[in-house]
Amino acid sequence: MSGPGGAPALEADGVTVRYGDVLALDGVTLRLGRGTVCGLIGMNGSGKSTLFKALLGMVDLTAGTVRVDGGTPARARRRGAVGYVPQTEAVDWAFPVSVRDVVMMGRYGHLGITRRPRPADHEAVEAALERVELTDLADRQIGQLSGGQRKRAFVARGIAQDARTMLLDEPFAGVDKRSEATIVRLLRELAADGRTVLVSSHDLHALPQLADEAVLLLRRVLFHGSVAEALEPDNLARTFGLDVSDARGGGAA
Amino acid sequence: MTLVDLLVEPWTFDFMARAFVTTTIAAVVAALLSCWLVLVGWSLMGDAVSHAVLPGVVLAYILGAPFALGALVFGGLAVVLIGAVRDTGRVKEDAAIGIVFTTLFALGLVLVSVTPSQTDLSHIIFGNVLGISSSELLQVAVLAVVGSAVLLVKRRDLVLFAFDPTHAHAIGLSTRRLSALLLGVLALTAVVTLQVVGVILVVAMLIIPGATASLLTQRFGRMLVLAPTISALSSIVGIYLSYWLDAASGGMVVLVQGAVFAVVLLAGPRSALLRGRARRRVRARVSR
Repeated sequence: MSGPGGAPALEADGVTVRYGDVLALDGVTLRLGRGTVCGLIGMNGSGKSTLFKALLGMVDLTAGTVRVDGGTPARARRRGAVGYVPQTEAVDWAFPVSVRDVVMMGRYGHLGITRRPRPADHEAVEAALERVELTDLADRQIGQLSGGQRKRAFVARGIAQDARTMLLDEPFAGVDKRSEATIVRLLRELAADGRTVLVSSHDLHALPQLADEAVLLLRRVLFHGSVAEALEPDNLARTFGLDVSDARGGGAA
Repeated sequence: MTLVDLLVEPWTFDFMARAFVTTTIAAVVAALLSCWLVLVGWSLMGDAVSHAVLPGVVLAYILGAPFALGALVFGGLAVVLIGAVRDTGRVKEDAAIGIVFTTLFALGLVLVSVTPSQTDLSHIIFGNVLGISSSELLQVAVLAVVGSAVLLVKRRDLVLFAFDPTHAHAIGLSTRRLSALLLGVLALTAVVTLQVVGVILVVAMLIIPGATASLLTQRFGRMLVLAPTISALSSIVGIYLSYWLDAASGGMVVLVQGAVFAVVLLAGPRSALLRGRARRRVRARVSR
C-alpha cells in the first residue's frame, strides 16, 4: 500500500501503551499507504484516541515504534506533516477566535518567532477556506458555525498546514447527514491529492463511501482490510465487545 | 470644592502620584496576562502561584535579593510540587494545588512573623501602594515591561496553547515550554501586582479583567485592548475612592474591578439577560 518507492505514510509496529495498570494499546501493528482513507473503528475506550496520541508522539510507548513518512513522530511534527482534527468535546467553542484565526494556526509551524503571517500565509489560509467552502463565514467566531462547518474549519487548518497525513477524531459526531456527505467528499479529495487520512469513528454508516480500508480496534488490531469485510457481523461483534463464541457457549449452557 | 479639585488634589502629593502610576502599570500587565489565564482555565493556578511566591519574596527581602528572583524560584517550586503531588495519583489536581499553595503561603506567613521589621513585610500580604518608594516603582516598571513584552511577542503561540494544545504539539511547538513561559510571567506579574493589592488579592487582578473583557468581545485582539483599559481605569477609580474614603487601597481597587465585572455580566452586550435572544438568532442563521 505504500507510495511508489516511498516508506508508508504511517507505520506502527508493536505499539503498546500502558496508563498505570490500564493497558490502552496492546501490540498494535499497522501500515497505511499514501493517498488512502482509512477508517479506524472501535468503541469508546478501545484505544482510538491513544493510538492518535501515539502517532502524534504525545504518549510514551511502553513498547513498539511509530514512523511517520519513514521518520520519527518528532521529525514529522517539526515538518508539520501531521494535521489533527480534534473531537467536538475537546474544543472550547466559546474561545475568542475567528474561523480564519483557527485556519491560520495551521501555518504557525512555518512562521518565525512571533508567528506574524506573511502574504504567502494569508494566501494559503484563503485557499484552504475556499477549498472547504467557508470563505463567507471566515470572520465568524468559531462557535457560531454548525457542527459540520466546525469540522471543515479544522480540516482547512490541516490543508493550510499542508499536512500530508490527517488524523480526524470522530468527525461525524453531532454532524447532520448533508454536512457528513460534504465532509466525506472533502476527505476523498484530500486522498486524491496523495494525502493519507485516518478517521476514527464508532459510527459505521459513512464508512463505505468514505474509506478505502478499515481497521477494527479493541486495544489491539482485530482486523485490517477492506471495508466490506470489516462490516461483516462477526468482525463487528468482536470489535464492539460482543464475543460471538462466548455468546454461543452461554446459549448452550 | 469642585469636581476638578477632587480629581487633582491627590496628585499634589508625591506618594499619591506614585500610587497612581504604580497601580496603572500593575493593572495593565496583570490584565494582559489575565486574558490568557481565563482562556487556559488557570484561575486556580493563578491563585496558587500568586500565594506561593510569598516565602520567596520574604526570603529575598531577608537576603537583600530582588523580590522577582525569590518569586520566580518559589513560583516554579510550587508548580513542580503540585505536579509531583498530583502525579503520585493519590490525590486529584485541585487538592494538590490547594495543599501546596496554602502550605507555601503559610511558610511565608511564618517567615514574616519571625523576621524583624515586620511593618514592611505585612505590606507584601496586604499591599501598600500608597507607601511605595521611587526605587520600588522602578522595579515594578521594569518587571511589567519585561512581562508584557514576553506576552505580546509570544501572543499567538500562547493563544494556540490555550485553544488547542494538541495541535500546538502536532506542529512541533513545545507545550511544556509555553506553559513554563506563562507560569514564569505569572510569577513576575505576581511581584508587580502584590505591591498594589498584596499577595492575597493578586489573583483578583489576574482573573477579573480577562473575564470582564471576554464578556465584551469575541475577538482575542480586542480582549488585549479592553482588559488593560478596563483594569487600569477601575484601578485608578479604586485609588481615588480609597483616598476620598480613607479606605484600604488594595481592597478598593479589587472592589471596583469586581463591581465593573458584575455590571458587564448583568448589563453588557452579551449579558445573561440578552443571551437567550442572541443564541436563538445564531441558531437561526446557522441552520440556514
